[in-house]
Amino acid sequence: MRVELQDIHKVFGLVHANRGISLILEPGSIYAVLGENGAGKSTLMKILSGFQKPTSGTILLDGKPAIFETPIDALQRGVGMVYQDPADFPPLRVVENHLLAYDTKFQLAFTAAADTLHTYAQRFNFHIDPQVHVDSMTLGERQQMEVLRLLALGADLLILDEPTTGISAEQKEALFNTIRRLAYEDQKTIVLVSHKLEEVLELCSEVFVLRQGELAGSLKLPATANDLVKLMFGQETERTERSPIDAGKSVLTLAHASFGDRRLTCESIDLSLRESEVVGLAGLEGSGQGLLLRAAAGLIPLKEGKLTLDDLPVEGKRSPFFWMPWVAGLFFLIRLVMLMIGRVSGAIVGLALLGGIAVAAILSATIWLISEILIVWTSESAYHQFQKRGGAFVPAGRLEEGLVPNLTLTEHMALVTPDHQFTVHWDRAETSIKELIQRYNIIGRPNSLVNELSGGNQQRTMLALLRNPLRLVLLEHPTRGLDITSANWIWDLFQERRLEGTAILFMSADLDELRERSDRIAVFSGGEMVGLVDANEITVEDLGHMIGGQRA
Amino acid sequence: MNTRTFLQKIWPSVPILLAALVITLLLLIVSDNSPLVTYEALWTGSFGSADRTLSTLAFWVPLLLCSTGLLVTFTAGLWNIGVEGQMVMGAIGASWIALRLSAANPAIPGWIIIPVELLTAMGLGALWAALAAVLKIRGGVHEIFGGVALNSLAIIFTNYLISGPWQPPEGGSFRGTQPFPQQALLPLLDPSRFSPLSLGLALLALLAVVLTLRGTHWGLRLKALGKNLRGAFILGVSSEREAILAMMFCGALAGLAGSVRVLSWFDSLRQSISGGIGFLAILIVLLAGMRPLWSLFIALVFSALLNGGTIVQLRTQLHSSLSGIIQGTLVLFVLLFGDFDRLFGPNQPQSEVMEVADE
Repeated sequence: MRVELQDIHKVFGLVHANRGISLILEPGSIYAVLGENGAGKSTLMKILSGFQKPTSGTILLDGKPAIFETPIDALQRGVGMVYQDPADFPPLRVVENHLLAYDTKFQLAFTAAADTLHTYAQRFNFHIDPQVHVDSMTLGERQQMEVLRLLALGADLLILDEPTTGISAEQKEALFNTIRRLAYEDQKTIVLVSHKLEEVLELCSEVFVLRQGELAGSLKLPATANDLVKLMFGQETERTERSPIDAGKSVLTLAHASFGDRRLTCESIDLSLRESEVVGLAGLEGSGQGLLLRAAAGLIPLKEGKLTLDDLPVEGKRSPFFWMPWVAGLFFLIRLVMLMIGRVSGAIVGLALLGGIAVAAILSATIWLISEILIVWTSESAYHQFQKRGGAFVPAGRLEEGLVPNLTLTEHMALVTPDHQFTVHWDRAETSIKELIQRYNIIGRPNSLVNELSGGNQQRTMLALLRNPLRLVLLEHPTRGLDITSANWIWDLFQERRLEGTAILFMSADLDELRERSDRIAVFSGGEMVGLVDANEITVEDLGHMIGGQRA
Repeated sequence: MNTRTFLQKIWPSVPILLAALVITLLLLIVSDNSPLVTYEALWTGSFGSADRTLSTLAFWVPLLLCSTGLLVTFTAGLWNIGVEGQMVMGAIGASWIALRLSAANPAIPGWIIIPVELLTAMGLGALWAALAAVLKIRGGVHEIFGGVALNSLAIIFTNYLISGPWQPPEGGSFRGTQPFPQQALLPLLDPSRFSPLSLGLALLALLAVVLTLRGTHWGLRLKALGKNLRGAFILGVSSEREAILAMMFCGALAGLAGSVRVLSWFDSLRQSISGGIGFLAILIVLLAGMRPLWSLFIALVFSALLNGGTIVQLRTQLHSSLSGIIQGTLVLFVLLFGDFDRLFGPNQPQSEVMEVADE
């Protein structure tokens, strides 16, 4: 299918997200859309896939103008999009997810759907069991499922948004082979939205670069990465240098730690971090590095072993009233025994015994209730203890875990200010957040809701809210989805923190980032720490092999 | 907030009220009743005379107290369905003091006995709410299920007390205990069942809640919890502690509402002590979208409707469920068209603007 975009404009209030973009997509080609954060890539792709309507401009499919009301509309005309976060239903099985797209009126054709999936999966060498529940699949498998689904629904133009984020090297290889076959054998049109220049260079035949909502230019490949960068930023951008800092005394220690969740258990992990040290965690998604990060924060309990921060154990504060529920039980037993003695000696008869038991039960239940209230009141979770001692955890899910949607920036500021006063000093909170907004380059106002900010700004907000002094910061994918400039900016910030002695432990899927930003790298594979290596002495290839399970 | 901004905030509800009245008007015409007579009866029944007005106010107070408490739990993201049971426990607590302490020691004056009654009621209500919270935190029982169970338990307990230990000397009747001594009752505005003191307390509670949610650190923590439990925890809020506290706060106010019921609306502990006020309060707070002033106003409208309903029945032989119908249509219309901020708000596309500002 030949797709032509003519003079697409999209205006959100004061923001002109797309300014007159015109481009042509030919069948049998693989295109890349590149651009810095905020350049308008996502908006353009949302318009092409029917998610949003353009303010003005036309989309021509094989020369005929098309207006998409919804993504379903677009799909019926042959335009399908694979989103970065899969648009599926995790609690359902694969075949059920697949059937959702078909309106078969009453009866669901399970066998036919499974067969279709199987045929497509075989052709592209995907290993997908139609009967498996989606929530037990990896991100890469879900993405494969999504591709199959769109193909089965007859997509001729396939848009993939950051398809290689969070998937394994093998899955990436399988995906790229699929993309090539779709383009060159089936004459489909493929559009790739990506930040990763190497992948674009490897896969695509033409690149469109957006800058500030406009089409800055296009480039036929092959070309060099530098050419692309020039087009994207107007100049070449290098990753900022990382100056070596002497590590100080030990901050975090995990000794013989075992922890896990339903899917994966990590046994006997040893790791320690010293002041100013940066340790990167490498591994395929779900190999244990995420669990380690959460265990180090005290967010998941250790089954065995010890976690210390500045030589003090992080295990949560047990309430000094922990014994009180036992008193309630003991009280009940004593009453019961006394009643029985009374009954044997003939002092208590019949109903009075039942009444006595009831009263004893009510009284001991009251004691139990009060003791539980006291216990909740006086205990402290391991994570909050970790936080009070100067630890911080920055999750990857910004709106799921890191921030509170529908609260303003000022409210966030007031929330994290260790404020033991009863009332909130709103003016003080506003002054501090204004300062941070400026210092951290956040595009937003003190009264903006955090969910109104863009992803990059949410990321900066989370970093701005980190407390001082900071002994240790744990980061889940600190720069995922950010362009090089933003990522550099964030790492510069951590460099400043390092000078103050903050230790940094982070996980990332970007091997270059791991190698360039860490002092040491801990590599995980299948729940095991297969190696702890000096970042200066390992190549990206070796790192790749270790992630695949080879020992150092 | 001055009157003008208050009116500005309140006016969008006027067409909804009118629409509900028109629907009921049509119903009345279809069923061959004179709407004029009916509405007139509804008005006289609720605000027609000093007597009726006071009765409406008297019913309003516990409704207001419960909604005020629920503002806190809803803000914290907790579905405190157990508010009904907490109210009943409050009523039991107040009755306990009135029956056991005051009746046995008539010499204790009202100004001592009444605070003791109210505090006991609040304490018992708070404990009952804490039970639901502890079940949730320790046992993983969702507060809705815990609340429903505790509601039934509270009512069973009332029935047991009425027919058992607290039955009147002339024999158990299942209807209620014997009337409390005069000094144990709240001072009433004669000849009604309205106690100005209770209204004062309710308004004070509402004011306190508004100020708490706007200006205190605790209020902010609750807000954060309600909007994102996980995020609030990561940012340093102890979710368990705040949940118990919020539940107990609401339970205390519900308990107070229960004591107002036994000490002014009735003069003894009755089987029907709650009158469904707890559930009604949940509806009110949800309709008001958790805005305090709105819940104040909607609670008054509901109280008026329920009070007027009885007079309608007397005058027109129409069943008193007419108020229920009006209430139902109101709810329906609010649900259909009620998102005033989006309908009338000045700058709606703003959020979309920021979202793409630099994606």
